[in-house]
Amino acid sequence: MMDRQTLVGLIVTLGILLGVLELVRRRRLREEYSLLWILTALALTVLNLWSAPLDWFAALTGIFRPTVLFVIAVGFFLLILLYYSTVLTRLADQNKDLAQEIALLRHEIEQLRRAGQDHPPAEG
Amino acid sequence: MIQTTVPAPIQIASGDSAARVVVIIPAYNEAGHIAQIIDRVRASVPGAAVCVINDGSKDDTGRVAAAAGAITLNMPFNVGIGAAVQTGFLYAYRHDYAMAVRLDGDGQHPPEIIPALLEALQRGDADMIIGSRFLTAEPAGYRGTLPRRIGIRLLAWVIGWLTGEPPTDPTSGLLAANRRAIAFCAHEYPHDYPEPEARVLMHRAGLRVREVPAAMRERLGGVSSITTARSVYYMSKVLLALLLDAIRMPRWKG
Repeated sequence: MMDRQTLVGLIVTLGILLGVLELVRRRRLREEYSLLWILTALALTVLNLWSAPLDWFAALTGIFRPTVLFVIAVGFFLLILLYYSTVLTRLADQNKDLAQEIALLRHEIEQLRRAGQDHPPAEG
Repeated sequence: MIQTTVPAPIQIASGDSAARVVVIIPAYNEAGHIAQIIDRVRASVPGAAVCVINDGSKDDTGRVAAAAGAITLNMPFNVGIGAAVQTGFLYAYRHDYAMAVRLDGDGQHPPEIIPALLEALQRGDADMIIGSRFLTAEPAGYRGTLPRRIGIRLLAWVIGWLTGEPPTDPTSGLLAANRRAIAFCAHEYPHDYPEPEARVLMHRAGLRVREVPAAMRERLGGVSSITTARSVYYMSKVLLALLLDAIRMPRWKG
C-alpha cells in the first residue's frame, strides 16, 4: 500500500509531465525548453518510487527524511529558473541588438528612398 | 505609382562622415524642446552631424527632429537610455565619425559647451571628455537636490575605489568621445543607468577619461528617468552593477 506522501508526489510529477507535454503539443512550449521539466518530473517520479537514494541523501546531509524529496524538487526547480534567467538575458540582449539594427536600417531606407526620388530611375 | 527602383549612386556613409563630428541626442517625449536644441547644436558646432535617437516617444519627437533636419533614428520601442545612446555610438562607429558628442535631449546640457568639449578631446590626452557640474568654479548652475548629491558622492567613492580615479560627476551624461571611445561604446555600453558603469568599464578597457567643468541647467521638460521612489532601487542596482563590472569578462577588446 502506497503512503500518502508518495501518492501526492506522484500526482504532482504526473501533473507536471502532462502539463508540459500538452504545452509542447499546442506549440506553446519548445522541446528545448520542455526538456528540463520532463527530466525533472521523471527524476522525481523515480526517486518517489525507489527511495534508497533518498535514505542515503538524508543520512548524508542530515535533512529530515520525509522532506528530502521536496528539498530535491526545490533544487531542480531552482536550476530550471536559473537556466531560464540565462535564456531571458540572451533574449533581452538579442532584442536590444535587433531594435538598434531596425532603427539604423530604417534610417538608411529613408535615405535611399529620398536619394531615389532625387535621381529618378531611367525609363525601361 | 509603384517604383521598382535601383537608386542612382548615392553615398550615405562617406557623405555624412565628411563632417567628422556627430552630436548624439537621445530623446524621449521631447517634442517641445528638441527642435530648439538641434538649432542650438547647429549654431555652436556648424558642420557637425546631429543624430537624434528617438527612444519610442509617445509624442512627435521623431517627426519634429527629422523636420529640424537631424538624422533621426527611431527605436521601434522604448529601449532605455543606455541602449538608445549605444545606438548613436553604433551610428557614429559605422559611419566612421572621428568624434562623437553625447548631449541629453531635455535641455540639461547646454549645447554651447560642445566646442569646449571637442577642444579638450583634441588635446589627445584622453579618449573621452566628460562634462562635470562639480568642477565649475562658480557655484551657479544646476547641481541637483541634496539626496541626489549624496548619492552622487557615494557613486564617486565606489568608482574611485574600483578604478583609482574618483570622478567628480559620476552620473554626467555630457561627453565627447574619440574614435577609440566610439568603438568601445558602440560595442559595450551598459543599459539602464549607464553613466557610472561606463566609467568602470572604460577604465578596465584602458580608455582614458578626463573631466572638464560644465555648467548644467534644470531640464526644460520631460521627466527624469530617476524619480525619488526609484532612487533607492537605482542606487542598489548601480552599486551592484559597478561591483560586477569590475569582475565581468569584457565583451569587446579594442
